[in-house]
Amino acid sequence: MHNFAIFFASIFTGNILLTNYLGMCSFLSVSKELKTSLGLGAAVVFVMATTTPLNWMVYEWLLIPFGLEYLRFIVFIIVIAAFVQLTEMALERYSEGLYQALGIFLPLITVNCAILGASLFMVIREYSLSTSFFFGLGSGIGWALAIVAMAGIRQKLKTAKIPPGLEGPGITLVIAGFMAMAFMGFSGMIALS
Amino acid sequence: MAKSKLKKTFLEPLGKNNPVFVQILGICSTLAVTNKVQNTVVMTLGVTFTTALSAWTISLLRNYIPSRIRMMVETMIIAAFVIIVDIVLKAYYPEMWKQLGPYVGLIITNCIIMGRVEAFALNNKPLPSLVDGFSSGLGYTYVLLSIAVVRELLGSGSLWGVRILGSWWTNWSIMIMPPGGFFVLAIIIWIIRESIMKEASHA
Repeated sequence: MHNFAIFFASIFTGNILLTNYLGMCSFLSVSKELKTSLGLGAAVVFVMATTTPLNWMVYEWLLIPFGLEYLRFIVFIIVIAAFVQLTEMALERYSEGLYQALGIFLPLITVNCAILGASLFMVIREYSLSTSFFFGLGSGIGWALAIVAMAGIRQKLKTAKIPPGLEGPGITLVIAGFMAMAFMGFSGMIALS
Repeated sequence: MAKSKLKKTFLEPLGKNNPVFVQILGICSTLAVTNKVQNTVVMTLGVTFTTALSAWTISLLRNYIPSRIRMMVETMIIAAFVIIVDIVLKAYYPEMWKQLGPYVGLIITNCIIMGRVEAFALNNKPLPSLVDGFSSGLGYTYVLLSIAVVRELLGSGSLWGVRILGSWWTNWSIMIMPPGGFFVLAIIIWIIRESIMKEASHA
């Protein structure tokens, strides 16, 4: 039940993009096309759901016993980068179709702040192994949901008349603000502590 | 000659090459703490410190880093400086450290730092790289600070935790909540871009 609450809360009420502003860079630049957003979103869900519990294991079983908690930033980044690299290689080798769909987005993901952010939140909120899996999965889905919704809206906006100074990132931020307000509507239901 | 070039390196990121307006880079880690001016100052100091020193370090090592693994090396160096910021904050300002939570660690993935390293430090001498990193940090700082001033003033009626507006003021609580950050940043970008365009059409 607790895991389900965390899962639900990390998609809606504590959306990692709309309440914590993580992963903004790729959100602003990649959300122009629905298809690419779907690909990037799926890749983020996969990487976040796997690296968050992976980093939990590394942190609890390696860093804490040796008293090396202060190294967690470097170690988390290495784990994420290595995992992304391995996934890319495995996809290339075994699944041509999936590589075409997801592979090109994987290098982008290493520098996506949301991935590292999920691992850091997991440490600060002292989640258990299973909770950190559900938290990573939920945060990834939440991020994907936000970018896909944004891409859908931006495709409709192509024909709209926007003040020249507001074009591009400006209008995207305004829409993101409205989306954040809409997501705040969920906050009465469940809270992410 | 060399001095004027350094000056140009220093001034560009503050004005027409500002990392936030022009490149919309690196807002991820800091936008979240702009609901209080105090937190913003600490975070942007951390970013400026990291940007300047990692640009300097990488520029020193630029001839020794194998280009195949240079991203990895750069990330390690940046992470090392962020760890310094984290440890110093934890030791001297534990309250602040608690409030900032994961955002100090997220300085690592701030695109400005990697962006300056890739675009400038890899091809330039250490001193110009240091100057460039420092002023990119400053350009970033004043944008984020202006967001924080608007958000804290309207959202809590205070600045630096001190109440400025009297009891007649009704707090706009939306400003200190997440949507406020998006709106204020959008409006600031709008104003700046509009004025840049006006200047360009006059010239």
